[in-house]
Amino acid sequence: MVKTVVSVGLPVDERLRIRKSVIQPKELTGSEKRICVVTGTHGDELEGQYVCYELSRRLQENPECLKGIVDIYPALNPLGIDSITRGIPTFDLDMNRIFPGNEDGPVQEQIAAKIVSDISGADMCVDIHASNIFLREIPQVRVSEITAEKLLPYARQLNIDYVWIHAAATVLESTLAHTMNMAGVPTLVVEMGVGMRITLDYGNQLVDGIFALMKYMGIWDGPAIQPKEPIISTDGHVGFVNANHSGIFIPRVEHWNHIRKGEIIGEILNPLKGKVEETLYAPFDGMVFTLREYPIVNSGSLIARVLGGDFT
Amino acid sequence: MRKELIFHMDNAYRDGLNIYGYHFGKGEKSACIVGALRGNEIQQMYICSQLVKELKLLEERKAIVSNHEILVIPSANHSAMNIGKRFWPVDNTDINRMFPGYNLGETTQRIAAGIFDVAQHYSYGIQFASFYMRGDFVPHVRMMETGFENASLADLFGLPYVVLRKPRPVDTTTLNYNWQVWDTNAFSVYTNATDQIDEVSAKKAVASVLRFLTRMGVIRYHSHGGYIATTIREDELMNVRSREAGIFRRNIQPGQEVRRGDLLAEIIDPCEGETLTQILSPTDGIVFFTHSQPLVMEGAIICRLIRRLYE
Repeated sequence: MVKTVVSVGLPVDERLRIRKSVIQPKELTGSEKRICVVTGTHGDELEGQYVCYELSRRLQENPECLKGIVDIYPALNPLGIDSITRGIPTFDLDMNRIFPGNEDGPVQEQIAAKIVSDISGADMCVDIHASNIFLREIPQVRVSEITAEKLLPYARQLNIDYVWIHAAATVLESTLAHTMNMAGVPTLVVEMGVGMRITLDYGNQLVDGIFALMKYMGIWDGPAIQPKEPIISTDGHVGFVNANHSGIFIPRVEHWNHIRKGEIIGEILNPLKGKVEETLYAPFDGMVFTLREYPIVNSGSLIARVLGGDFT
Repeated sequence: MRKELIFHMDNAYRDGLNIYGYHFGKGEKSACIVGALRGNEIQQMYICSQLVKELKLLEERKAIVSNHEILVIPSANHSAMNIGKRFWPVDNTDINRMFPGYNLGETTQRIAAGIFDVAQHYSYGIQFASFYMRGDFVPHVRMMETGFENASLADLFGLPYVVLRKPRPVDTTTLNYNWQVWDTNAFSVYTNATDQIDEVSAKKAVASVLRFLTRMGVIRYHSHGGYIATTIREDELMNVRSREAGIFRRNIQPGQEVRRGDLLAEIIDPCEGETLTQILSPTDGIVFFTHSQPLVMEGAIICRLIRRLYE
């Protein structure tokens, strides 16, 4: 069943509609747990689109195994997805910086407030992101230090490779995940893949994990995989490699591969002069879990994140 | 006047970004004035250019008080401005969401750090800012209530209104917020325009800054006393919304006094031309903000009113 969560009139013969698919057992007891799978906050992040499709498909294939309610929101920013716009078109603002929204605020904040209201009361929320068009990420869950203890048992079920526990930042209090976590809905932020693309392997890996999570929570009693054990790390184990020159970045490592301190991650080339402007090296032994995908770089552009440790 | 290159960043495909600061006077760091941090802040850059021109004349006339130094940074994101973009050209990030910056971080973090490195440690920080809601405002000075603010100082600009805003998490990475946290009295000055030049409000903005600097003993200048400001809190403004989407026909101007029941705007059917709805004022008051775009969404704020205030 498709329900409309938000409907707002646009100036000329159109409505902005945020919709969700509600999949639930035929007979409800009233005590079912509810999981929300949300994505499409950033219009250029598409990895979640396939996850929504595949999750819905598998659920419809075995409806008798469903013991709870699954709400799937494929597009929190539908106009952004349709126009390849990361933010909210006409607003030029990151939708994931306006939560919890405001029912009395500008339209976009009213929309955010309605989304929060709709998710409120759920037992779990999985918020799927896909990095951006610049960086490729391994399947990972990001949680802040203040929510780590509560969220880690759930994150371990998601069949992802890595859990990054990061320091709390005030600016991140405007995100959907922070809002829902503070409202008592455990919310896991998944980052995987790269913007404007769909990586089927990652999508299937995460869908397997969502079923494992639903089984863990008693929402699903059908078949589910034994989720892989993720690497769990804090900020202290993560090294950032940034460009110091402008040009085109050519990687010399594979994503999600071990690298030794001092090994070359990649080079920044100058196409006009035929020169190497800069060679970028691994800051320590570890694994490249974020790697630059979009070739054009400025000084400061993020090239890679390296998770310290021995992964040989 | 001393022109200083305060930040430079090379670029493989176009000229590098040079951010210039213009210093007037010597001695204590008294006031730093920042213009365009976004590529569409043409008015903000223009106001700074007019200030640079005025301060240059004042310095030649020995009207900068001794042991006071003023820094003006008119434009920090002309890489975006020159190609008609609002945010940083490559990654679309906002420099005014990157303060205090990080000189080893991402591109706009580096730019923010380069600016903040020279813009901090001044007694007063003045930014000509633009708001994320597109529309027309009454000229005003805005301060964030960080616990470090001194609202009475904002009166000294002589603009009609001082607006106090409770910072939200997203505000904590703005220049204004970080100035305050790092012991600078920070003010954001808003005029009627952003991506167009409005000469009248630009002149008022220049005069307001010169008035403020005079009153703080930084320059010697004889100006009109301006207004005794009315201080309002942003959350006390009354939002008036459009129940319909369509073509927006405005019947009011910022600063105008309205009475309960006055016609504020009409929403017109975009294809048939009929009036879909008339939006009437729910209260007596002064128009603080109006929507200015020709189209409007359902539920959009078309006007913000200062309730029960009269001219």
